[in-house]
Amino acid sequence: MSDSSLTTKRAKKQALGPYGKLGQAVNELDERLGVAKGGRTFMDKIFPDHWSFMLGEIALYSFVVLLATGVFLTLYYVPSTALVTYRGSYAPLYGQHVTQAFASSVDLSFAVRGGLLMRQMHHWACDIFVGAIVMHMGRVFFTGAFRKPRETNWLIGVILLILGIGNGFLGYSLPDDLVSGTGIRIAFSITESIPLVGSYLSFFLFGSNYPGTAVIPRFFVLHVLLLPAIIVGLVGAHLFLLVRQKHTQFPGPGRTENNVVGSPMFPIFMAKTTGFLLLVAGVIGLLGATAQINPIWQFGPYEAARISYAVQPDFYMGFLDGALRIWPSWTFHSFGHTIPFEVFIPSVILPGVIFNIIMAWPAIEAKITGDRSIHHLLERPKDNPQRTAFGVAFFSLIAILFIASSTDVIANFFRLDLATVLWAMRILTIAVPLIAYPLTLRIAKELRALEGSSQRKTANLVTRNAEGGYDAVSAPIHPDDALTHHTAIALPTFITEAPAGDTSDTGVRTVER
Amino acid sequence: MTEHHTPVTLSSVSENDPRLQPLAKNPQDVERRIAVLFVAGMVLEACFGWAYWINAQPWILGFTFGMGLTFLGIGLIAWGKYLMPQGPFVEERHVLANSAADRDAFTAAIVDRGGGVIKRRKLLAGLLGGGLGVFSITALFPLIRSLGPLPGTTLQHTDWKKGTFAVDVTGRRVHVDDLAVGSIVTIFPEGKEETDNGQAVDQTVLIRISNSNFTTQKGRETWGPSGYVAYSKLCTHLGCPVGLYEQKLQLLVCPCHQSMFDVTNGAIPNFGPAPRPLPQLPIYVDAKGFIRAQSDFHEAVGPGFWERS
Repeated sequence: MSDSSLTTKRAKKQALGPYGKLGQAVNELDERLGVAKGGRTFMDKIFPDHWSFMLGEIALYSFVVLLATGVFLTLYYVPSTALVTYRGSYAPLYGQHVTQAFASSVDLSFAVRGGLLMRQMHHWACDIFVGAIVMHMGRVFFTGAFRKPRETNWLIGVILLILGIGNGFLGYSLPDDLVSGTGIRIAFSITESIPLVGSYLSFFLFGSNYPGTAVIPRFFVLHVLLLPAIIVGLVGAHLFLLVRQKHTQFPGPGRTENNVVGSPMFPIFMAKTTGFLLLVAGVIGLLGATAQINPIWQFGPYEAARISYAVQPDFYMGFLDGALRIWPSWTFHSFGHTIPFEVFIPSVILPGVIFNIIMAWPAIEAKITGDRSIHHLLERPKDNPQRTAFGVAFFSLIAILFIASSTDVIANFFRLDLATVLWAMRILTIAVPLIAYPLTLRIAKELRALEGSSQRKTANLVTRNAEGGYDAVSAPIHPDDALTHHTAIALPTFITEAPAGDTSDTGVRTVER
Repeated sequence: MTEHHTPVTLSSVSENDPRLQPLAKNPQDVERRIAVLFVAGMVLEACFGWAYWINAQPWILGFTFGMGLTFLGIGLIAWGKYLMPQGPFVEERHVLANSAADRDAFTAAIVDRGGGVIKRRKLLAGLLGGGLGVFSITALFPLIRSLGPLPGTTLQHTDWKKGTFAVDVTGRRVHVDDLAVGSIVTIFPEGKEETDNGQAVDQTVLIRISNSNFTTQKGRETWGPSGYVAYSKLCTHLGCPVGLYEQKLQLLVCPCHQSMFDVTNGAIPNFGPAPRPLPQLPIYVDAKGFIRAQSDFHEAVGPGFWERS
């Protein structure tokens, strides 16, 4: 290499400024879009650290997995109820007349390379998605994070839960197997049960009387296009509001209503959260690899006159199924009309009431407490015994209804009379929330009365002195608590200045805060 | 080229500040462990590619894929948690709300500017509103009139008619000698056993009652000849097929929500959420001994709906 080429290289490098090509790219971008200031503010954004803040991330990342695996599945699934003769590799079904939807789902599992893994990952990701949303909601509820100014984001979250459950049900129905087909039948009957318009609605939804041929293609379009589009939009809005309003934080030293203490977006939070994305995807992959879910080839194709024993929907539909089981057979039949209260109340009114209470909760609580001020500091569940007690009672009601969706399995397993189990469930549905409320209230109040109950106890180091007595000194702070015991600092950014005397303006910048 | 590092935000913070140091007490050790995780992740993902290439068992695909990502993920989380500046860092929370004057200006822009325009042209505003109002109603018509036919009386009828032969799922006519006492078969109207409607709506259970204390319902004295009785197979709760027959107790059980119907007593529900008996199909045995329908069901089959009389 000649001397002159070296100098040229150095000169070139110098001309680029201290940040080289990346700096140049930022300059070009900033001149056009003005990204530097906003970009740095975004990178400096502080995210508070707490394990419970990861629950929403689990939901988000399982949704990413859902999208990725879902796109794969759409390439092979055929949304048609046209009958074909199965000639695939699964011997027990060979030669049977099945719908294309079922045949393509079985082929997806056995003939498409990686297909079974993708199907199982998709199903597991869905269960985790809905479960994580519920857990995340529980965190937001019990810590009071939904309070002003975050009521809108709470509302978006509840709608996301409803859409997640709905889209889960639609997707579960698509393979047209015996179990999911029964679920579709029940969905038709529930729609039918709505007074005045029920039969019209169900005919419009299914395109004819049950079962018809339109339901699978229609559910497919809803499942892969309409609902995912709405969900993506709402997830975007959810995250935008989170960034705009900044995250809540638990109270602690140096944490006030006017600041956020934690890790900066770049690189610390980004490293952790990207790692978490990989971890969530990895765990879903492991579940898809090792835990069989929805083996449709064992259920067989759906035939309207056949049914399987111990039919249960996915877990997130369980509370509805349980309510349908334990609700009494009260019906209305008069004046030439029928109102099937035995279906309408547990499967339409009940979820309507439940989700409306959840959506309206921020307003309900503000009304009860009269607290309409802005909150950025979280409460611990014990700090608000009334809310916590209500939440626990509410969750226990849902949990009992969920358990009630397996009355037949419970009766079989414990060799009990079905009537005994049914009546036990009816009584528990009323009794458990009524017991849970005062019990939780009491526990929360007593915890609140305890001094420093939310802090980790520091151990005492006890030493025996020369006189034979004992001295106790408190041990150093637990390493995990170090973060909460240091005074937080504003995130510093160090910039490289170009050598003095350089007149080019590409290198020197003054950064103002 | 000489480089100068200047803290931009806080002059009191030096680059050696403990809060800018990693959390790990011995970073080299942590780094080594993370490196092991990353190598393991890389190797497993390579194995995943290899397994995919040779079309290995699904569990091998999932295991290599999932384990690899898990290792990479844990490594990256550990890197962020133990090897990056431990903090804590703080930022101010700016008040989002604007000043009262700003808000008034915004409201005024809407009310005065917009409102003024509308007030001056009330007729136009009304007509535009009317036009959009009509459209917003007629825009629903594609939903109402394209998605499906009107139900009409579809839900009130089945394909069973006077004289229809009862056939089993294979299409074979059911003869009076076919069933042993106490056994059951699902029957369909002849010619409909392969159709969607036949399968989903017309499905009926034919039972040869084994119990002598059979109670005949009023007005149905001729509906169940020769110890045979036929009920709609659609549960009156949610329309699942009432597929379980408890022979000893003479009960038809719905596996969905455990409604039970007493076969010996007009299929009246005696347990569970079903509100009505299963509709009974009037049948007769013709001269050659085949089971045939006297007529359609006398009521709508399946779950309840508003128009059900």
